[in-house]
Amino acid sequence: MIIAESVKKSFGHRSVLRGASLKVETGETLVIIGGSGTGKSTFIKTVIGLVKPDSGSIKVDGQDLTRIKTEEGLAAYRRNFGYLFQEGALFDSLRVWENVVFGLRYLTDTPFSQYRKIATDKLALVGLKDVEDLMPSELSGGMKKRVALARAIAAEPSYILYDEPTTGLDPIMSDVINDLIMDLQKQLKVTSIVVSHDMKSAYKIASRIAMIYEGKFIEVGTPEQIKTTSNPYVRQFVEGLSQGPIKMKIKEFEA
Amino acid sequence: MTEAIFGPVGRLVVEVVEGMGNFTLLIRSSFQWFFRARVEWRQTLIQMLFIGLESLPVTAMTTFFTGMVLALQSGASSKYFFNEPLFVGTVVAFSMVMELSPVMTALVVSGRAGAAIAAELGTMKVTEQVDALYTLGTDPVRYLVIPRVLAFLMVLPFLSVVSDFTGIFGGWVVAHAKLGIPTTVYWHDIVDNMEPRHFFHGFLKNYVFAFVIAFICCYKGITTSGGAQGVGRATTNAVVYSMVAVLVMDYFVTAVLVALGIP
Ligand SMILES: Nc1ncnc2c1ncn2[C@@H]1O[C@H](COP(=O)(O)OP(=O)(O)O)[C@@H](O)[C@H]1O
Ligand SMILES: [Mg+2]
Repeated sequence: MIIAESVKKSFGHRSVLRGASLKVETGETLVIIGGSGTGKSTFIKTVIGLVKPDSGSIKVDGQDLTRIKTEEGLAAYRRNFGYLFQEGALFDSLRVWENVVFGLRYLTDTPFSQYRKIATDKLALVGLKDVEDLMPSELSGGMKKRVALARAIAAEPSYILYDEPTTGLDPIMSDVINDLIMDLQKQLKVTSIVVSHDMKSAYKIASRIAMIYEGKFIEVGTPEQIKTTSNPYVRQFVEGLSQGPIKMKIKEFEA
Repeated sequence: MTEAIFGPVGRLVVEVVEGMGNFTLLIRSSFQWFFRARVEWRQTLIQMLFIGLESLPVTAMTTFFTGMVLALQSGASSKYFFNEPLFVGTVVAFSMVMELSPVMTALVVSGRAGAAIAAELGTMKVTEQVDALYTLGTDPVRYLVIPRVLAFLMVLPFLSVVSDFTGIFGGWVVAHAKLGIPTTVYWHDIVDNMEPRHFFHGFLKNYVFAFVIAFICCYKGITTSGGAQGVGRATTNAVVYSMVAVLVMDYFVTAVLVALGIP
């Protein structure tokens, strides 16, 4: 279980998280929705300890991230997580299979002789075959995301954080990734947080949906509850309307 | 009014001090990782090959011509004063070994390998590959910085010794072909005057240069921000800072070595 309480984070003068509180139950898939630049990535980076919050607390299975002081402690904490980066963040100097097993050396005691086989297995789990020896630059966008996903799950984490897994993919590939997330959920029994602004995918994979707005979670509920919400902000976002309480400027110079 | 004047100056001062603080932290963190005996030897070897092969042709070429120029000029001036070229080998060898080989090698390596490293690490930073290292149980200092620092420390002295030879060889080519100095004379001018301490004077400089170039280029790389443009900026800064640092450090190292009696 992940419990975030009044997490605040500013970059310079820009206040991104302004007291974000969220509870993620063990075994669920919680989808975070919200506009671009509202701090979705910052939030999940805070959860895994890549971004240090200014205040607030984050507890994972009872352990408080903000009280961890040493690099080793932080590394041990991160061991709970797999993280899928928005652009994949594959190491472009390493082959696909080396990317997939990269973390095993640091996170597990797996002997090196098994690495190649584990890579093949994890790639099969995300629906890829015969790509082990390619370089990341030789892969399409959808394949990169899958390889990145295989890398994120290779050390068998209990939590997976997905940063926009379907953004930039065609609708069919998006749905394939959705199925993959649900499969992993069933097979590995992981707890997931998925950042997305793709409502179709959110409704499909989420056990609950949380909407972030101006640095806070303004509503959390099941897909059904979100569909029929009375909150005007959430309604505007999920229905994708330009008119409503959330003001997006068409021209930057309009007040 | 005061804000308009002192605001930007103050911010600049804060930025510079903060930058130096972070730079120092990187060095400290590297020593910690190093002494925890977590050295990535494979990465270190890859980097050694990369830095060495990348820079060897250019450093050899540069110092070969420098040796030729030294011979030509010293030959010309001693001809002017004494009517014959004297001590050409001595001038070439002392200049190369004590000063020019280490400095020119360091400058060339800053521009070749240093730039490449800043650009590579900068790209890794802006494409979140550096963050990915953390999520996979390691750390950019351990996986990226230490191997590069060690590689520089091992390869730069080697390149510089090669440069000693190419420089002296370049000098010989001119002395032999253009100034008509017999090979034995050129050779004796060198070995009769040069002592180990002269060699060590130049050789020890390499370690200081390797240290500053490696840390500056790695630091500029892993603190890159601002996309492709940021990578370009980080790379240029890494090269400029390394080159200036090499020349500045050269003076102080020379002063220390002279004070220690290693002229
Ligand atoms: N490391 C950083 N330094 C400065 N500003 C940042 C940094 N990371 C994120 N931001 C800013 O924080 C805001 C939220 O970013 P992000 O969390 O990536 O948004 P989202 O993922 O919801 O699109 C953006 O305005 C972004 O510019
Ligand atoms: Mg984002």
